[in-house]
Amino acid sequence: MTQEKDDGIDRRGALECMIWAGTGVLWTLVGGVPRSSSLLGISEANAQAASGFSFLQISDSHIGFKAPANPNPVATLDEAIGKISALPQKPAFMLHTGDITHLSKPEEFDNADQAIVKAKLDTFYVPGEHDIIDEGQGKAYLERYGKRTQPKGTGWHSFDHGGVHFVGLVNVANLKAGGMGTLGDEQLAWLADDLKGKSASTPIVLFAHIPLWTVSADWGWGTEDSAQALGLVKRFGSVTVLNGHIHQLMQKVEGTVTFHTARSTAFPQPAPGTAKSPGPLKVPDDQLRHVLGITSVAVKQGTQPLAITDSELAKT
Amino acid sequence: MSLFHDGLRAFAAGTAAACVLYSAIAAPMAPAETHLSIDNFVFKPDAITVRAGTTVVWENDDDIPHTVVALDGAFRSQALDTEDKFSFTFAQAGTFEYFCSLHPRMKGQVVVTP
Repeated sequence: MTQEKDDGIDRRGALECMIWAGTGVLWTLVGGVPRSSSLLGISEANAQAASGFSFLQISDSHIGFKAPANPNPVATLDEAIGKISALPQKPAFMLHTGDITHLSKPEEFDNADQAIVKAKLDTFYVPGEHDIIDEGQGKAYLERYGKRTQPKGTGWHSFDHGGVHFVGLVNVANLKAGGMGTLGDEQLAWLADDLKGKSASTPIVLFAHIPLWTVSADWGWGTEDSAQALGLVKRFGSVTVLNGHIHQLMQKVEGTVTFHTARSTAFPQPAPGTAKSPGPLKVPDDQLRHVLGITSVAVKQGTQPLAITDSELAKT
Repeated sequence: MSLFHDGLRAFAAGTAAACVLYSAIAAPMAPAETHLSIDNFVFKPDAITVRAGTTVVWENDDDIPHTVVALDGAFRSQALDTEDKFSFTFAQAGTFEYFCSLHPRMKGQVVVTP
């Protein structure tokens, strides 16, 4: 699953991500290359972030979920936000990579917002498939979260922070029978236009709900046209792809592109192929908090030898 | 004796004919209903054949919401939470393909005969 190349990426960071069993992962984007460490060992990452900035990612809060895998996802979201508030260094902002709610009900969005606002962080969203199942098929989501970012289409948008270009993509709308996630031609055309004129040395962060690489085709854990989106970011020296949806940590490094999925704040899902279906995984109550979490990304520009080289780009 | 038996026979035949006639009228009127479940991200069964006029009822037995959406737009359910049901009456003969718009790998088919 993990494909590492000799590109200077901190191997320990990647391994920590794979074996880590706490409640948070801190991602450090050193010169655009992310490293991870558990929240328990946050000081190193903070030190790396000293001259840059950090941001957070939460995902799959599923407010409204009631089944045994976690009958109280508001409580676990509250705990996640509590962890974020307690970070010694205040992150610049937060990303939520979708499935804010379970059923797109107004009260579910309200409850999620009431918990998330306590982080006191500017928060950028992309929808999960559970956020667009209102009668208007995503209208409620756009009305609530669209004002802030003036998104296009079903909610895609971009912004810049500290020299890094962030792109929120939507791959949960207008899905086609038999397929996986999809971006669609309109969004891909917008992405091409959005990236036009950006220097190849600009670190790019793509965030979307469903993974932009195929984790499991059988379970629909991938995006049909992700190759086209990745083709558009091929020329950039540093690309970080942050996703949710699969409620477990997974990472893959391919050339200059690092793919990473975040844990849910609500309930875990089985590893691909280990269960009959990707439905919620019930773990013993005292284990639940070990399989939920948050993700933090710290960015520091320019001072470390980077894995980003032209040859790497060509290999992608 | 023979007259009596002939009469009886005629009566029996008439009754039988009436019964046949009655069932011929009654059969299409009886509301046919077929139940499907959605279980472990699968429509169960994923292919069925019914007579025109049959109402098909889907019930979601998963902990995750699903939808039932016809490819040709003939029907589209709201998101079905656990134990929610959706029904559609197939008036016309034909083959109807459907899927879950949240988990598009989930597909099903209803064949409707005249």
